[in-house]
Amino acid sequence: MFSTSLSVNDLLYLLEGAWVTLQLTVWSILLGTLAGLLFGLLRALLPRASLPLAWLLDVFRSVPLLIQFVLFNSLKSIVGLNLSAFAVGCIVLGVYAAAYFTEIVRGGVLAVPLSTRRASRSLGLSYGQDLRFIVLPIATRVAFPGWLNLVLGVMKDTALVMWIGIVELLRASQTIVTRIQEPLLVLCIAGLIYYVMSLVVARLGARLERRWQEND
Amino acid sequence: MIEIENVHKSFGDLEVVKGVSLTVDKGEVVSIIGGSGSGKSTLLMCINGLEPIQKGCIRVDGIEVHDRATDLNRLRQKIGIVFQQWNAFPHLTVLENVMLAPRKVLGKSRQDAEALAVKQLEHVGLGDKLKAFPSKLSGGQQQRMAIARALAMSPDYMLFDEATSALDPQLVGEVLDTMRMLAEDGMTMVLVTHEIRFARDVSDRVAFFCNGRVHEIGPPDQVIGNPVQPETAAFLKSVK
Ligand SMILES: Nc1ncnc2c1ncn2[C@@H]1O[C@H](COP(=O)(O)OP(=O)(O)OP(=O)(O)O)[C@@H](O)[C@H]1O
Ligand SMILES: [Mg+2]
Repeated sequence: MFSTSLSVNDLLYLLEGAWVTLQLTVWSILLGTLAGLLFGLLRALLPRASLPLAWLLDVFRSVPLLIQFVLFNSLKSIVGLNLSAFAVGCIVLGVYAAAYFTEIVRGGVLAVPLSTRRASRSLGLSYGQDLRFIVLPIATRVAFPGWLNLVLGVMKDTALVMWIGIVELLRASQTIVTRIQEPLLVLCIAGLIYYVMSLVVARLGARLERRWQEND
Repeated sequence: MIEIENVHKSFGDLEVVKGVSLTVDKGEVVSIIGGSGSGKSTLLMCINGLEPIQKGCIRVDGIEVHDRATDLNRLRQKIGIVFQQWNAFPHLTVLENVMLAPRKVLGKSRQDAEALAVKQLEHVGLGDKLKAFPSKLSGGQQQRMAIARALAMSPDYMLFDEATSALDPQLVGEVLDTMRMLAEDGMTMVLVTHEIRFARDVSDRVAFFCNGRVHEIGPPDQVIGNPVQPETAAFLKSVK
């Protein structure tokens, strides 16, 4: 007979953790997307001038996220910044996402053939109009799958913020495991919650992509 | 009138156009023929300021193209150009492809731009493809769309850069017919082409390009039918 000491309260605790995970994901993706968009455009359109930016972003892409969390958290204390652990989590994850998204955006913009841009400029479109009506829409379609992958990746990477003391989904499940000693069950449930959250994002994305694909 | 005076153009150390002079009068059709890499495409892109030049001068209706003070976006409105690659805007329907520039550059209303676009698309025989996306069109249809897109700006000049070279042989005819129609309507045109017979049919003058220079120029019957320069004769022989 199957019996468990997992209570309804424990489940609610897990869901609360999931809510934190979701919030972390949303904020860091928001930050990462805006910054990555700006940086990616700079990288694609002014490659020389933005080279130092590329070096900097390389650092954030190469150093393991966990190290970045711990370092930024101690830096915060040293400098005396008054930031919550949650804010630190969002910033570090956001910068990390921005570093990746920059490359995705750059790739998308560079995927627009020069000849297509020549064609639009030769119709009299200005540099800005060409960007807005031709380059960005095409680049968006190219970059979108990469962006979606990034969202799913960041959602899982949020688990690392437990090292700076935030109780999100994974941390919540570990707390419960420690108490009731049923790791398989609890981790399965936590995994299922991650899966469902990712599935929703992936499905929404796939629907948007399908709509574009009907066109081109 | 397009006036090209002693134009030199280099990419880095490589001089591609080496002192070309050529005048195209209003209503005239001038074809440019010549071997691969002789600088034909480059010269066309200089005419509407897509490429800078190092020496010489190009004037369109008296306006100097490479003068810093020239508003290129404005000048380009009256110079349509059709490239070898079709260059459709893949995210826009056929109708939207043609409407875009009239709306955003000329500031026409949606209705006006649409009416104009429909008229141009019907003119090139694409009246039944308005809502289609470019990826659903054949190469010939995409190229005719590109022509309609350029014509929707009511240009005074049309430049064609090997508009049929990337097409399957059975689709070449429909695009050439469209171009012929334009020539008969009195459009001022510069055609870079490898279709020698077509060039002979529609052109008022033919220029043979060789090594970044105009090597021979004159009426088609002379340049194509009875070339003076041995290089011209050799080229014509090689493309036949
Ligand atoms: N953007 C560029 N950068 C560097 N070199 C270029 C560039 N565009 C063209 N060239 C070079 O300039 C020369 C002339 O090119 P162009 O395209 O004008 O020749 P073309 O006469 O049009 O040839 P084709 O018949 O093959 O189209 C070639 O040697 C080419 O490699
Ligand atoms: Mg060429």
